[in-house]
Amino acid sequence: MSTILSGEAQILAALETVRDPELDEPITSLGFVASCTISAGGAAQVRLRLPTYFCAPNFAFLMVADAYDAVSRVDGVRSVEVVLEDHFAAETINGGVAARAGFVRSFDGEAVAELDQLRADFLRKAVMAGTDQVCRPLLAAGVQPAALVTLTLGEVPPSRALDRLRQRRAELGLPAGDDALLLIDPGTGARVGDDAVPLHLRRARTTRVSVDANAGICRGMLWHRYHARGEGEEET
Amino acid sequence: MYEKDGEKYFVVDSHMHYWNAAPDNWVEGAENYAKGWIECFHAYQSLGPAETHWPIERFQKYSEDDLMKDVFDDGHVDVAVFQPTYLKEWYSEGFNTTERNAILAEKYPGKFILNTRWDPREGDAGLKTLRANVSRYGCKGVKLYTAEWRQGSRGWKLTDPDAYRYLEACQELGITNIHVHKGPTIWPLDKDAFDVADVDHAATDFPALNFIVEHVGLPRIEDFCFMATQEPNVYAGLSVVIGGLMHARPKFFAKVMGELLFWVGEDKMTFGSDYGIWEPRWQVEGFVDWDYPSDEFSDYPRVTTATKKKILGLNAAKLYGIEVPAECRLEPGEGTPAAQDDAQLVARA
Repeated sequence: MSTILSGEAQILAALETVRDPELDEPITSLGFVASCTISAGGAAQVRLRLPTYFCAPNFAFLMVADAYDAVSRVDGVRSVEVVLEDHFAAETINGGVAARAGFVRSFDGEAVAELDQLRADFLRKAVMAGTDQVCRPLLAAGVQPAALVTLTLGEVPPSRALDRLRQRRAELGLPAGDDALLLIDPGTGARVGDDAVPLHLRRARTTRVSVDANAGICRGMLWHRYHARGEGEEET
Repeated sequence: MYEKDGEKYFVVDSHMHYWNAAPDNWVEGAENYAKGWIECFHAYQSLGPAETHWPIERFQKYSEDDLMKDVFDDGHVDVAVFQPTYLKEWYSEGFNTTERNAILAEKYPGKFILNTRWDPREGDAGLKTLRANVSRYGCKGVKLYTAEWRQGSRGWKLTDPDAYRYLEACQELGITNIHVHKGPTIWPLDKDAFDVADVDHAATDFPALNFIVEHVGLPRIEDFCFMATQEPNVYAGLSVVIGGLMHARPKFFAKVMGELLFWVGEDKMTFGSDYGIWEPRWQVEGFVDWDYPSDEFSDYPRVTTATKKKILGLNAAKLYGIEVPAECRLEPGEGTPAAQDDAQLVARA
């Protein structure tokens, strides 16, 4: 990065890489970062907040753990404290992440596995929702659904949505290069058959609608709860 | 009944409450949970029109008079279905029990349908209570909250063996309507607590029961849609959909409605105000006036007056055997059938 960022800006930039796995959006733009600071000695402190006291603890844990990891990687950071506030499982999550204990040990007796599977399931949803984001403008421009079957990522006009779709696919280990097909099964990576295209596109659309609606509700709830914007929050 | 432009709508509020979440009902040591729960509900209310917001004190504990006025006098509701939620680990006398609802149901005959609930973790004792409630109150439906905490457990699934015992008991006792509400916790916690796959299995194994998934499985609308389209006995409970989106996020509301009409179909969608979260009046009036806001939605199924009549009351009246006045019924042949073609499309994939 050629621009010189202040310490706080670097922390915020790191937090921008952390996403809510359900909503597939940065925790910053969602307003989940209540504050982020760094002391002269390199002690970083992040306070996170969520739309409700009862937001699902597994996703909350992922966000706190990811925030911890992202901030730890910032140059000059010597210690990291990430605190989730106003949540029923805050103590367990904050303590577990700080101790690098993992989910199963943090929620002793209440969980049987780490959260990789959960994260992958939601990345697949993000791929479906992202497929709709990329395909909708193409269809609106007159591309026939049948023609999408053979379209490659390199043939799709560049856009933020396309970059994002590639990134999510790469995270799942799915093909994301220029010669990879646009329409694939997010579980297997297999191409989508001609007959299955209408259903695939409908499922993609429904997944996107669901995620968007959830994000809308979450933003409304968060606003009611705090009546203040978070660090890096984007209004919608 | 609600009348607009010469059309008469019979209104069944298929999901509403009469709770006490005031501090006098908080369990000692569990105050944070009791407070957190009702504050979360209160945040949902903020998604409705500003003039319908209540101060938290009233929201924690509204009166019988409030309810009768908001739901029936002002709210256009003909029959309301009480859906209990116990949460006795947090609320001493329960958040909203069958007994509390029964006070109003017995006082105002014909106004309410009184549902009860069960929890498979209560074993034989719970089955006994279920039988007693059915024989005392004549319940035809139950509300199930899978995320309820109980003695260290953070929830359960419909496919748990004990849950099947209760579903069998429902069949035997004449309970036909199973309202399912998913929440943020379950065992084990590493799984997605909102997953509706267990409803899918139960609906297949109990074809004589109707499964009304409340809040259309929010936040898993997509999973709910893909499941409901394949199960003839799965319904979409619209509580939270209308209340939480129609005013706050009209564009998303239109899309969610379009998706539900496409996958689930207008014959299997039921209105629920979720009172006291939201008053029914603005929801009923707004929904009768509602249509897709622009051409952007042209590939979703159309919404007709018949569609709205079914969703606002006729579908739920059918589920509960409620007599609908002749002037509010549909003419034979009025209204389009459910989304059968699309169900086939999914089955083939």
